[in-house]
Amino acid sequence: MTTFLTPEEWTAVRLSLQVAFWATIWSMPPAILIGWILARLNFPGKGLFDGIIHLPLVLPKVVVGYLLLITLGTRGYLGQYLYEWFGISLMFTTAGATVAAAVVSFPLSVNAVRLAIDGVDKGLETAARTLGASKLDAFFTVTLPLMLPGILSGALIALASALGEFGATITFVSNVEGETRTIPLAIYSATHMPDGDAMALRLTAVSVVLALGALILAEMADRRIKIALGRI
Amino acid sequence: MIEIDVSLARSTGFTLEANFTAPGEGVTALFGRSGSGKTTIIQVVAGSVKPDRGHVRVDGETFFDSSRGIDLPIEKRHVGYVFQDARLFPHMSVEGNLRYGERRSRRERTISFDAVVAMLGIAHLLARRPHTLSGGEKQRVAIGRALLSQPRLLLMDEPLASLDEMRKGEILPYLERLRDELKLPILYVSHSIEEVLRLSSAVAAVTDGKVIACGPLSDVLSRPELLPVIGRFDVGTILECTVTAHDERFGLSTVTFADGELRVPLVGRPVGAPARARIRSRDVSLSLSRPIDVSVTNRLAGTISKITRAEGPFADVEVALAHTIIYSLVTQESVERLALEPGTPVWAMIKAVTVDSRPAGFSSPGAEIVSPPAAPASQPSRTALPLRLIPGGTPPRETP
Repeated sequence: MTTFLTPEEWTAVRLSLQVAFWATIWSMPPAILIGWILARLNFPGKGLFDGIIHLPLVLPKVVVGYLLLITLGTRGYLGQYLYEWFGISLMFTTAGATVAAAVVSFPLSVNAVRLAIDGVDKGLETAARTLGASKLDAFFTVTLPLMLPGILSGALIALASALGEFGATITFVSNVEGETRTIPLAIYSATHMPDGDAMALRLTAVSVVLALGALILAEMADRRIKIALGRI
Repeated sequence: MIEIDVSLARSTGFTLEANFTAPGEGVTALFGRSGSGKTTIIQVVAGSVKPDRGHVRVDGETFFDSSRGIDLPIEKRHVGYVFQDARLFPHMSVEGNLRYGERRSRRERTISFDAVVAMLGIAHLLARRPHTLSGGEKQRVAIGRALLSQPRLLLMDEPLASLDEMRKGEILPYLERLRDELKLPILYVSHSIEEVLRLSSAVAAVTDGKVIACGPLSDVLSRPELLPVIGRFDVGTILECTVTAHDERFGLSTVTFADGELRVPLVGRPVGAPARARIRSRDVSLSLSRPIDVSVTNRLAGTISKITRAEGPFADVEVALAHTIIYSLVTQESVERLALEPGTPVWAMIKAVTVDSRPAGFSSPGAEIVSPPAAPASQPSRTALPLRLIPGGTPPRETP
């Protein structure tokens, strides 16, 4: 493997995995909350709320990146306070790349969670409550475990999409080697170099393997949990 | 004492007007056809359905009162709920399901794990997953799970409806033990007259979202207004009897009721035990003179108190005995031919061959004898494992 990829390419691969992993981990808890709200609650303005959540899915990724820049950038609406009060700057950092990847893959996670909740019989929650469980208790001991297959396959799909994030990342945190240059950005750079074809091709191969791996893993995890629950 | 006075209107047009009081012990059946609102009533008691107005009180504690703004959350009501579809948690073992409510109960433990497992015969299932269980086994586990949450009241929503006749016969004895061995009031939803007769002591009859009658079983089920609920050919008289003799030679038993005795096929209960006889009105024929050379064994003398034209060629005739009314379904042609009218003395002939003793759940012709709720201490304890109460049984589990 070490002879297959150059150190520079390795850095990009490692960075991609790191960014995608943390983006997925951080986006899952809010995705579960929002997914639950969308699946189980009815309130005025739900349609608008649903639309806003799904906006990153349909907006051009460059627009998402630009919106992140003007809100979370060091001179952005929120970013300036982050910088002034806590000394946190997301610009040109891996953390910034993680935020970009998380925002873009968020709607996918929310959808996966929502489908998972819809698949859980609401009557089981009622049963749990007649047995003395509070709403929260019933959610964590009955609904959440039963949602697990959906959450897990949702998370893996979000991971795969975060691995491929390009537009929002390059617009928000630019293309800095070792900080924000993930596989897609590295491929983009390689195509601009006179002899970068081989590098682009190698990284493309890695991309395909990673994406395919995540999808297969999602399918396997789903199957295993369903068997454990006796659904198959 | 369970006091319910609620009303509720659904957007589908269904309305519920339930105002009745159920005794604080024994089984009270909510009896009616499917769609009549029986399940909605127990959902209101459990708290999973909120009525528009009214109140629900159990043993003096208010579960719901719209005028005082009280609506106790489901988990604070401490009611055990056995659902028609069992609703076991698929990701837990049978034991995990049973312990779920037990662990969360803050109430005094009067029902122990071992006792419930023994009573319901589910010890060999503890490690299994719900999807590997049969329908009857699932339902027994669901009953155990509800009991172990130490409920003050048990709600059962047609627990036998999704089972075939064999499984029903398998579960019913467990329900009888539950009723007899635990001092736990039970609201039991059912559309099966056999189940109701076998299990309950009180009945609330529900039609079109209204409780039309409520009281002791024999009172309620004999009322003519229940005809649409029970059905033309199942309507009849319920008699609370005592077994007084067995005649092994002919395979007959004698049961005594307020106005006499009936000879019925052998009843599997000891002499002195209470029994419940059901005489369907279509199995009662009338005679103006004392019937002598007829095969019918059971003949009771009485006076016609009322004749009502029924649909089709039929008429409902009420024959008053000293304390009881026997219903007879005859043709209007017979009424005219015999010149029957209120005040006419008649003999009611009840075909002995249609008096039967069989488990509920089987469709049975004619009258039948079923074991009614045992009066406290009226019979020796059964051979089956007694339900141990906590003191002297398993030590109480720690209460967090």
